[in-house]
Amino acid sequence: MSQSNNIIEISNMSFSRNDRVIYDDISLQVPRGKITAIMGPSGIGKTTLLRLMGGQLKPETGAVVFDNQDITKLSRKELYIARRKMGMLFQSGALFTEMTVFDNIAFPIREHTELPESIIRKIVLMKLEAVGLRGAAQLFPTELSGGMARRAALARSIALDPELIMFDEPFAGQDPISMGVIVRLIRDLNDALDITSVVVSHDVEEVLSIADYVYIIANKKVIAQGTPAQLRQEKSQQVVQFMEGNPDGPVPFHFPAQDYQEELLNNVK
Amino acid sequence: MLSNSIVALGQQGLAYMAGAGRAGLLLLGALKPAGRGTKLLPLIIKQLYVVGVQSLVIIVVSGLFIGMVLSLQGYTILVGYGAEQSLGQMVALSLLRELGPVVSALLFAGRAGSALTAEIGLMKATEQLSSLEMMAIDPLHQIIAPRFWAGIISLPLLAAIFSAVGILGGHLVGVDWLGVDTGAFWAIMQSSVEWSEDIVNGAIKSLVFAVVITWIALHKGYDAQPTSEGISKATTATVVQSSLAILGLDFVMTALMFG
Ligand SMILES: Nc1ncnc2c1ncn2[C@@H]1O[C@H](COP(=O)(O)OP(=O)(O)OP(=O)(O)O)[C@@H](O)[C@H]1O
Ligand SMILES: [Mg+2]
Repeated sequence: MSQSNNIIEISNMSFSRNDRVIYDDISLQVPRGKITAIMGPSGIGKTTLLRLMGGQLKPETGAVVFDNQDITKLSRKELYIARRKMGMLFQSGALFTEMTVFDNIAFPIREHTELPESIIRKIVLMKLEAVGLRGAAQLFPTELSGGMARRAALARSIALDPELIMFDEPFAGQDPISMGVIVRLIRDLNDALDITSVVVSHDVEEVLSIADYVYIIANKKVIAQGTPAQLRQEKSQQVVQFMEGNPDGPVPFHFPAQDYQEELLNNVK
Repeated sequence: MLSNSIVALGQQGLAYMAGAGRAGLLLLGALKPAGRGTKLLPLIIKQLYVVGVQSLVIIVVSGLFIGMVLSLQGYTILVGYGAEQSLGQMVALSLLRELGPVVSALLFAGRAGSALTAEIGLMKATEQLSSLEMMAIDPLHQIIAPRFWAGIISLPLLAAIFSAVGILGGHLVGVDWLGVDTGAFWAIMQSSVEWSEDIVNGAIKSLVFAVVITWIALHKGYDAQPTSEGISKATTATVVQSSLAILGLDFVMTALMFG
């Protein structure tokens, strides 16, 4: 049925870290050729979800199917072959500090293709131009600002035009102009090359403006999903609270902890 | 009370065994051929520069001084027996059999081993290793393997340079300063140093030290807690554990080779 229409299908997956349950029996799908957004409060496990999709973490139960293969059951070698079809923008950027920006972006191309250096140079310059950093090609990552480093990392994650790109907080630390450029870039990649994107972000307006489908995660589960238009109509308290950014409501702002008053009054630990 | 400490001991033992297991897997994964021999070579050459060439200064300077001190001390003892002609033999044998391999290994652990651990720990903390994995490039092949080979090639060569410079330092003090006859210095050295007994055994020692130091350094970096505290602990552990391993293994190998 819809098998081949979804590039990722997560079904009944549970995952915990140090006895703290992050996901409890969660299921979601990423349709091929679409932009899927994942939103949720900080610390809820969005980065963890991307790592589960990329096979860097293994769930305790459930399946993570990428391109009709269960990522959790692949051998190391098969996993590396599957990852050639993925790109990931890390939340921290994770540029290689001993190389220039140019070499960082050329690196995956040099590793995975036999293209001559003259073509690699053109590809790299095109990617850098797309994120507005062509002038910074010869700088080292330590010489970039936080927002510039993130855009350079974005250029690297799209260097090979993979089938699926996972963006972890692509808009964080960007000024309104860069933000607009990145939003358009993700949209263009999707429209022109039919690339599937998963965008993790807190920026509600930007996400609703580009996503085809949105999942909101909280309390170890998907609490709401739908197209941006559907979510704007959503009446559930949790969703309204998250979309409007109200501190009070059913979505906890705090990391799980004992009672506040009790902890302040209690001297012994 | 007692049962608690037994439990703690058991846990530590298990953690230690698990660490050793991970170290083994690390090496297996790094050395498994990945059909990328042509790409490995330039990476090894770059690491040879970082690990080997950049350790040269400390090796040459230390070798020179150790050879000079050895010659000075040896002369004052030998001259009492009227045997100062044998100074060359004493300096060369001490350096080739023991001091060359052991001291250069200790220096290598402090200079190159600690740097390897810190570098890899920091790559882990800044998610560079994770991003390699997600680019479908195995960090064991890209990062660990070239550093391992570079360490194994570098240290035996550094130890040989250490011994050679040490002998020249011994000559400087013994012959040029204290006035031992230069012909006797070289001739007695030549007739007493055996190829297989002294030179090959010394080379085997430094090869074993090279494997141990590089392996410990790479494992500690790869296994480090990705925090500044974790990396500093890992770096210390590399220097302490490899130094102890060098001294312990040296005794065992000496007993087997010369005992
Ligand atoms: N290496 C780790 N070891 C143990 N726990 C971890 C580790 N990394 C993350 N966690 C825990 O997992 C939970 C989810 O982390 P994750 O990084 O996925 O959150 P996130 O949704 O991406 O948050 P943010 O929006 O702030 O980036 C957090 O509560 C965190 O405490
Ligand atoms: Mg995150």
